[in-house]
Amino acid sequence: MSVARTWRTRKQRYALVGERCDYCHNAIFPPRDVCPHCAEPAQKEFALSGRGTVYSYTTVFDPPTGFEAYAPYPVALVKLDEGPMITAQLTDVTSEEIRIGMPVEMVTRKLSEQGDEGVIIYSYKFRPAFEQRLAA
Amino acid sequence: MVSPNDSVLLRPDRAVGIVGYGAYVPRYRLPAREVARVWSGRDAELPIKEKAVAGLDEDTATMSIEAARNALARAQIDPKRIRAVWVGSESHPYAVKPTSTIVAEALDIVPLTQAGDWEFACKAGTEAMQAAIAFVGSGMAPYAMSIGMDTAQGRPGDALEYTAAAGGAAFILGAAEESLARIEASLSYVTDTPDFWRRAHAHYPSHGQRFTGEPAYFHHVSSAAQLMLDELGRKAADYRYIVPHQPNSKFPQRVAKQLGFKPEQYQTGLLVGRIGNTYAGSSLIGLSAVLDEAQPGDRILVVSFGSGAGSDAFSLEVTERIGAARRRALLTGDYIARRVEIDYATYARMRGKMVMK
Repeated sequence: MSVARTWRTRKQRYALVGERCDYCHNAIFPPRDVCPHCAEPAQKEFALSGRGTVYSYTTVFDPPTGFEAYAPYPVALVKLDEGPMITAQLTDVTSEEIRIGMPVEMVTRKLSEQGDEGVIIYSYKFRPAFEQRLAA
Repeated sequence: MVSPNDSVLLRPDRAVGIVGYGAYVPRYRLPAREVARVWSGRDAELPIKEKAVAGLDEDTATMSIEAARNALARAQIDPKRIRAVWVGSESHPYAVKPTSTIVAEALDIVPLTQAGDWEFACKAGTEAMQAAIAFVGSGMAPYAMSIGMDTAQGRPGDALEYTAAAGGAAFILGAAEESLARIEASLSYVTDTPDFWRRAHAHYPSHGQRFTGEPAYFHHVSSAAQLMLDELGRKAADYRYIVPHQPNSKFPQRVAKQLGFKPEQYQTGLLVGRIGNTYAGSSLIGLSAVLDEAQPGDRILVVSFGSGAGSDAFSLEVTERIGAARRRALLTGDYIARRVEIDYATYARMRGKMVMK
């Protein structure tokens, strides 16, 4: 990921900032020019809650360049409470502990480093939701 | 009472308090007996039970973000009104590039904010809090955030490897009227005392062995605490809690007893046995644990210590807002209870102690 791209995508990576469609009101993540649900221009910035459930998951043993230091690590499809399904790493959990349907919550973690001298890329990951969930 | 202008007490024109606080402790724990197993080969006297260790994808920035989110959840304010994000640490991820801008961006505090990283060994977080009190107390800003957070390094086999830990806490300072704990006064006590240091480009810190005790920790902590008590005309019994900096289990208990405090006054904030010395986060996460159970009217004395060396002391009084604010985020104890024990090999991997190339 180039420095320019990491900078451009920082809001979505740090805080799961997507969009809410003005026309069909669906939540959209990642943000894009056109709403994938109704094909109207999608514009309104919307911070997702970060809460969701594991839809499916796998474990990466042979990681792409830049992720070697973290392998093996779990990657999941996370169904967010607001609707979007996103692909993300799971953290603070072993693969044996993961279950489909497990409630998870977003945390901002280190995704990769561009070597010893490059930038550090931070991004959203998901961890098992704390059991003691606060009364809303 | 001495007038504010010539007193050693620091008191701003406008009364200030903590409007939000939040802790963070990573989930991994390295038992001290694991360090002893590898390095001393016998049943050494252990300074703590276990220490918290950051995961592979955690650093001072990510840990600060979570603590700051907890503080913001408790404060229930618009993040755009926070005019400073100051992170105190001795383990900032970059040598040059602020941790604080990453935190400010993640919490949507940007762009109209001060952002800066503070460094004063274990006192960097309370130094940032002093500045945040002044920034709000001068009327320059409605809110300011100070954070003490570390992923502390210990040289393999060194005495500090038993205790150098990861964790800390974030605080949002604002007007006293809307605070959950009022800052009654603060003071700073600093001398040039080389008890512990790390040179540029060195991976691990060095320290003055036994020199770290009397002329460094005990002199600064007890001087700052005693001055605060004397200047406010108080005794130890006037406080419900004391939270001294916690490099190990012995030092804070000894200094608290010397100052006339009893175990029931220092046990709540004494976390070092279970999470280790979180350096810039140490006294501040102790304060977070105290705020998790304090009642309106309780007084709290916090005394940090940073090598090099100095102490910041804060006298606080808890307000009736504490009960509602406390429930809006995870408690310090929730993070401490989330615990996965690791062995020394896993720890060595997590802390980058293995040569990979």
